[in-house]
Amino acid sequence: MTETVRYRDRTRDYYRALGYPSDYVWARFDAVPFAPLAKPLSQLRIGLVTTASPPDLGNRDASGTRQVWSEAISSAPARLFTDNLAWDKDSTHTDDRASFLPIEAVRQWAEEGLVGGLAPRFHGVPTEYSQRKTMEIDAPQVLERLRADGADAALLSPL
Amino acid sequence: MPTVIVGSALDIVEYCGVPRFLFTDFPLGNPCGPPWRQDLQRMIARQALDLLRDAGAARTTRRSDVSWPSDDEWRPRYGRVKPEDVERLRALGEERRRQQVQARKPG
Repeated sequence: MTETVRYRDRTRDYYRALGYPSDYVWARFDAVPFAPLAKPLSQLRIGLVTTASPPDLGNRDASGTRQVWSEAISSAPARLFTDNLAWDKDSTHTDDRASFLPIEAVRQWAEEGLVGGLAPRFHGVPTEYSQRKTMEIDAPQVLERLRADGADAALLSPL
Repeated sequence: MPTVIVGSALDIVEYCGVPRFLFTDFPLGNPCGPPWRQDLQRMIARQALDLLRDAGAARTTRRSDVSWPSDDEWRPRYGRVKPEDVERLRALGEERRRQQVQARKPG
């Protein structure tokens, strides 16, 4: 089997080359929570979560800080803004939204009865250097919005 | 709430620790399947939903059997620091730090 890319090593080497004095400290949890499904897959409503931004970057507040954002599945823009994320811009592209936000694919499985359905909105979370902002501000907001949508489970697909 | 993550950075996600992880071994940017390949995107969504149902404990990783449809040349490319880039990156880092200091100055 082909060896997988070691992104932590690559990122460390890259930032050292940029001259940053200390290495990035990756999030790490000794205890990982696990929520079992409360009902069969065929009855589950799935909420989708992405790390992409809206095309107009409208999720920034007055100080320029990116916030959690949400959009109706039915009016999802054909393209989302991804230029500010670290993905492999030399090898691929993000012109096809479905390659990172699986609205159509999950909807098709819902139509075939494998899964109950899609929640009415998808949600965008900013990728933050600050793990505190992610843990204490953004994650609780996403959870609250997923619950407000009646989602039973979430599929997260970070770029 | 039960979650499943679909992503392409195996080492980062496993280091972090998550409940359920479907690993798609693709260049970063297209965790849900190669662009414009609805057939493969559909398979990956199916695998994610199956994992949501099947996992019985935290840190369950499943590797998708969907392969990236072109060659493997993307693997060594991403974020690699080549000797000829060292000077350029060092200057880029200095410029970034200068801008960050500037941005923090009031008014």
